[in-house]
Amino acid sequence: MNLKLKVWRQSDAHAKGKMVDYSISGIDGDMSFLEMLDILNENLINEGKEPVEFDHDCREGICGSCSLHINGEPHGPDKFITTCQLHMRKFKDGDTIVIEPFRATAFPVIKDLVVDRSSFDRIQQAGGYISVNTSGNTVDANAIPVQKEAADTAMDAATCIGCGACVAACKNASAMLFTSAKVSQFALLPQGQVEATERVKNMVRQMDLEGFGNCTNTGACELECPKGISLDNIARMNREYLKANLKG
Amino acid sequence: MSALISSSIARKVVMALSGLFLVLFLAQHFTINLTSVIAPDTFNEWSHFMGYNPLVQYILQPILVAGIIIHFVMGIALEIQNNRSRKIGYVRYNGSANAPWTSRNMIITGLVVLAFLGLHMYDFWVHEMAYKYLEGNPEDPTRYYAETVEKFEPIWRTVIYVIAFVLLALHLWHGFSSSFQSMGWNNKYSAGLQTFTKIYAIAIPAGFVFIALYHHFNPITH
Ligand code: HEM
Ligand code: SF4
Ligand code: FES
Repeated sequence: MNLKLKVWRQSDAHAKGKMVDYSISGIDGDMSFLEMLDILNENLINEGKEPVEFDHDCREGICGSCSLHINGEPHGPDKFITTCQLHMRKFKDGDTIVIEPFRATAFPVIKDLVVDRSSFDRIQQAGGYISVNTSGNTVDANAIPVQKEAADTAMDAATCIGCGACVAACKNASAMLFTSAKVSQFALLPQGQVEATERVKNMVRQMDLEGFGNCTNTGACELECPKGISLDNIARMNREYLKANLKG
Repeated sequence: MSALISSSIARKVVMALSGLFLVLFLAQHFTINLTSVIAPDTFNEWSHFMGYNPLVQYILQPILVAGIIIHFVMGIALEIQNNRSRKIGYVRYNGSANAPWTSRNMIITGLVVLAFLGLHMYDFWVHEMAYKYLEGNPEDPTRYYAETVEKFEPIWRTVIYVIAFVLLALHLWHGFSSSFQSMGWNNKYSAGLQTFTKIYAIAIPAGFVFIALYHHFNPITH
């Protein structure tokens, strides 16, 4: 396969940045999107040029590092996958592929296609934990009975890998899907009840402070989420938030 | 409390509650208007009641105006904030790949409705105020039907009304069901509620369109 690439190049956080055109050939349909970028980078290095920076780690859809906005969608045209799971067979010979970093004021570009997603870490740190006694008499989590449905729904929420595709897809760059997944995974479990009120308030406050947008309920996040995190989590977070504030 | 007011979720709740309030008002407005087609005398009676009842005039009407102002001021505030959340946009953004047009263009459909409200207030409210307070005319409980039908005589006004209601339908197609999500009201009734909101979003504006066209094509012959 021969392809034309339009790739966002930006030398550092303060540089202006621009789209740069590349041609690439010999791409196999069985390659992953990141392998295609590896080849682009090998070519660039051989030509004595600066390779394109992009994030990746596990390359099997579990770490959430790989990002990329491909042809107008986070993680490209396929659904329920990360960029490392995107196969080149989704493209045709001669296609032009536009590759951009995730765009959000709260995800500033560090270099080329790499963005700083530490705003997610700060949301998580604001309340995404439970207090457990670890001083020698730790209680086995399984000792507390949990209703099966609640356990399943909490587990579904906990599959969020913090990739940021939800923010990247949203027309408002809202982080409601991510934050609501992190709120829900605890809100549904007995272990999460102790901090329930403060958790949702603090996480939402941090989310707003980071400069993410407001939710318009377009549903773009849910469709672009590699883990299929449900919009129900957002409704649950809204409910938890209202309850927490009405309680005082 | 101040933390609550400045939070993104609280703003969404304000948007949803004011929107739901306007949805309720719309149903009431439609019911009265419908009588102008099926029972002109009832239409006169109810219009007169709405125009002179102190509870409606001094309590309900100001609440309605406040509801509209809160809804559109908050809508514009959200829009400004949302634009700030992505200062550098995408070169290529395939919005239709993952979200319906109606959900992505609430500000456009909303602002068209707002522009229409300008004309609508001029047509009925300004006229009413002038009639009652400036010209000091006496109460006439029989004038409303003829005045209303007359309004739809010019084709341009009828067309504007029809277009505005199509955009209102698009606004409500996303907005009505969205407001339940904003409020966190999802439960075993959600699927049924969704269907109801979609039917409402089409049926009520279509009803208003029908009334406008009906009066346009059935003018009162003097
Ligand atoms: C006055 C002109 C109007 C403007 C400028 C306007 C603007 C907006 C905007 C921008 C939103 C989306 C907010 C967001 O979630 O990001 C919205 C939502 C909504 N609007 Fe309007 N609108 C107007 C009139 C109306 C009317 C007349 C009705 C009902 C009859 C209505 C009902 C709703 C509802 C139910 C929502 C959904 C709220 C939610 O998602 O929680 N709007 N409006
Ligand atoms: S909710 Fe989905 S899209 Fe958003 S960060 Fe989590 S896994 Fe990624
Ligand atoms: S590299 Fe880990 S999810 Fe793609």
